[in-house]
Amino acid sequence: MLYQQIARNKRKTILVMFGFFLLVALIGAAIGYLFARSAVSGIIIAGIIAVIYMVVMIGQSTDVVMNMNNAREIHSASEAPELWHVVEDMAMVARVPMPRVFIIDDPSPNAFATGNDPQHAAVAATTGLLQIMNREELEGVMGHEMSHVRNYDIRLQTIALALSAAISVLVNFAGNFWWFGGRSSDSDDDDAGGVLAIFGSILLIILAPLAATIAQMALSRNREYLADAGSVELTRNPHGLISALEKLKDAQPMRAADPNSSALYISDPERNAKHRRFAHLFDTHPPLDDRIKRLEEM
Amino acid sequence: MTLIIVIVVIAIIVGIYIALYNSLVQLRVHAQESWSQIDVQLQRRNDLIPNLVSTVKGYSKYEASTLEKVTQLRTELAGVPDDDRAKKMEASNELSGTLKSLFAVSENYPDLKASTEYQQLMEELSNTENKIAYSRQLYNSTVAVLNAKIQSFPSNIIAKIHHFTAMEYLQVPAEAQNVPNVSFDD
Repeated sequence: MLYQQIARNKRKTILVMFGFFLLVALIGAAIGYLFARSAVSGIIIAGIIAVIYMVVMIGQSTDVVMNMNNAREIHSASEAPELWHVVEDMAMVARVPMPRVFIIDDPSPNAFATGNDPQHAAVAATTGLLQIMNREELEGVMGHEMSHVRNYDIRLQTIALALSAAISVLVNFAGNFWWFGGRSSDSDDDDAGGVLAIFGSILLIILAPLAATIAQMALSRNREYLADAGSVELTRNPHGLISALEKLKDAQPMRAADPNSSALYISDPERNAKHRRFAHLFDTHPPLDDRIKRLEEM
Repeated sequence: MTLIIVIVVIAIIVGIYIALYNSLVQLRVHAQESWSQIDVQLQRRNDLIPNLVSTVKGYSKYEASTLEKVTQLRTELAGVPDDDRAKKMEASNELSGTLKSLFAVSENYPDLKASTEYQQLMEELSNTENKIAYSRQLYNSTVAVLNAKIQSFPSNIIAKIHHFTAMEYLQVPAEAQNVPNVSFDD
């Protein structure tokens, strides 16, 4: 079960990256053709940019994600003894190296894990989580995060996050381009403006759902159930996680959570937030009640 | 043609042999690692106890007998020879139990509970207790896999040739069998 999950995650990671390259190549070809009448040079340039972006992103992903979520790193047990020790315990039982530990200053209880692989992983917890959870519950939550680490969920999520962020930047860029192009086509002699307008709107139409699809692929909701089960396997104590999830039910939305990272968290940081209109349809997490029910049945 | 088939078959057998041998070695290494982790934590706890005793003494004059018992068990545990794992765990479990009752009576001394020194000691001791429990869990689950491999075909052949022997489980104290978690702080 665990090995299947790891294999599936690795497969999906490659698929997501391949999809990203294909997309970038397409954009490069279109831009190259429009500006230099040469699709090939466009593909080459776009490919080089994409590779550099990927390398930078993969090297820096933990810091980038932690920055986006206003997390600060702690370097020794004395800064947050209970959290540090619990993470140490869970890493030991999961047989993964001790991850980096971060704290987010937010009264809403939540936690997430990120990184490229178990050797370069990081976990973060909010100050709210540390305040309301006792040790058993904290173990349940950190066991859940450590399962994400062990299952390679973190790599898939981090890469999907980086790529969907890049695509949304592109979509914004194309949107501005279209606006600019649409206006400049008012002047009579400009033909390229019209082409750009069409190109821009096509980009918008194609890219937006593609970005969503890529994000969706990473977000099989099943992985939350699997991580819950993994947590119990590590702690041998379903009660801790159950009562932790019970407490998370009453949580207020987070102040500083980055919307692109919400899928990383143990419970949806935007839950109950007023601006969420598409409840359930785009939920990144299964309902807490379902998760509790499954744990109680174990 | 026959030669090729023979070579391929031999290569496959050798490959399986190596893989099985390596997995046995790895399991044994994992079990040793878990045990040495337990050992480290037992040592750490023993180092913390004199501190605990002197802190508690300052606040509560009436718990002399419990403190004496803790000190005595600590010395006892330190005296167990290194290779007697079962005995070591037995002594450790008894010490855990006594520490728990010491923490329970400490509830009666609000000044003690409020002191930073005591709180730090609590966290340190909770930490070692939990690490002992988790290492023991890891040790036992590794030993379970190792013992199963030693008995089942075909790894039993390799285990026999290379003298892998089944390892003993560590006793889990009765009250901790379901919940390995020790939490003094609530």
